[in-house]
Amino acid sequence: MIKVKELTKIYNQQFALSGLNFDIDYGKCLCILGPNGAGKSTFIRILSTLSRPNQGDIFIDGKSVFENPAEFRRKIGLIAHATFLYPELTAAENLKFYATLYRVPKPEKRADALLKTVGLAHRSNDRVRTFSRGMQQRLAIARAILNEPEILLLDEPYTGLDQSASQLLTDRILELKSENRTIVLITHNIQQGFQLADKIAVFKEGRIAFEAETGDMTESEFQQRYHEIIAAGGNN
Amino acid sequence: MLVFCLLVVVIFSFTFDPGSTYSKEAAPGILWVAFTFSGMLGLNRTFSQEVDTGSIHGVLLAPLDRGVIYLGKMIGSFIFMFLVEFITLPVIIIFFDLNLEGHYLQLFVIIFLATIGFVAVGTLFSAMTVHTKTRELMLPILLFPVMIPVILSAVNATASILNLEEWSKILGWIRILSAFDIVFITLSYLTFDFVVEE
Repeated sequence: MIKVKELTKIYNQQFALSGLNFDIDYGKCLCILGPNGAGKSTFIRILSTLSRPNQGDIFIDGKSVFENPAEFRRKIGLIAHATFLYPELTAAENLKFYATLYRVPKPEKRADALLKTVGLAHRSNDRVRTFSRGMQQRLAIARAILNEPEILLLDEPYTGLDQSASQLLTDRILELKSENRTIVLITHNIQQGFQLADKIAVFKEGRIAFEAETGDMTESEFQQRYHEIIAAGGNN
Repeated sequence: MLVFCLLVVVIFSFTFDPGSTYSKEAAPGILWVAFTFSGMLGLNRTFSQEVDTGSIHGVLLAPLDRGVIYLGKMIGSFIFMFLVEFITLPVIIIFFDLNLEGHYLQLFVIIFLATIGFVAVGTLFSAMTVHTKTRELMLPILLFPVMIPVILSAVNATASILNLEEWSKILGWIRILSAFDIVFITLSYLTFDFVVEE
């Protein structure tokens, strides 16, 4: 279980996260929704160890992720709006580079297999700067799952994707779900988030304003609740 | 880097009469002005491209001690700067009519140690300043005051070598450079994680 305890992050004397507390069960998909500036991306950045909280901690099986962050990073994959790819390297070179960083056995084979999975095998020797946004995001998906992560973090991964790339990402998320991987998804698309998630949380002003199991309510009930929360002043 | 370094040497060489004693006296200073200013150009680019494209986060997400990333960047910067120095050195020897008379090893040791010290601190400061709007300006403003021991030692030791003095005369400068390298590589290795974290 991933346990988030009193997580607080302050940027320029403003609370991006304000004493966040919640749990994420292993093998489940948590979808985080909320308006811009609610602290969703800050939370993902802290969970991925790219950022450190001012207060509070995140525990995996009772151990703080900041005790041995390098070991924790081995378990995670992150797909964000930015692709984290090197534009001057080819698709294959990018994947081989990251596979080497993650000490993936036989990096070339793994890179070739993933390029096939994301439908980019025919462009493997082309530089990433020549790729469209959708193709770059497909490659970013391959990069994020190179190390077969136990926990996949997705920060608005659908931004700028065409329909086929969106479908590819959804298929990949469903496949990882079926393999009992833990997924944390941030999205603005309520319908998509609700359909993929086992649990849904609404962030507002750095706190959890609402959380529920998706099985406990219908999508329309949640949509209505979500709009009430966003429209209301202060935290619910 | 290389073009800039060569330009500095050539432009300074025009300001002296060929073969004058003044040019030989000024040569150590000019040598290190060329090396440090061209090195600054390289250090400014150590992280900037990766930060601009966002790929730095991909590297920071890797399951590595982030000190290792610092060491990798430092070694990369060192190789580039050392290559530039290696190519520039014969040019300055010719343009300033310098006579090393078998003191090449001493000069190699001084350049090696001073360059390590320069890139050790420069790589860390480059990571610190890369997120600022005026990073090209901020890096030299922050770096040069810290580099004073390295630049002073390197210039004085180079002057001693060009005066064909013995090893014993430059040993003190070698000790200062070595101590600076050990202290700042260790400090930078340990603090890099906090510098790159938000």
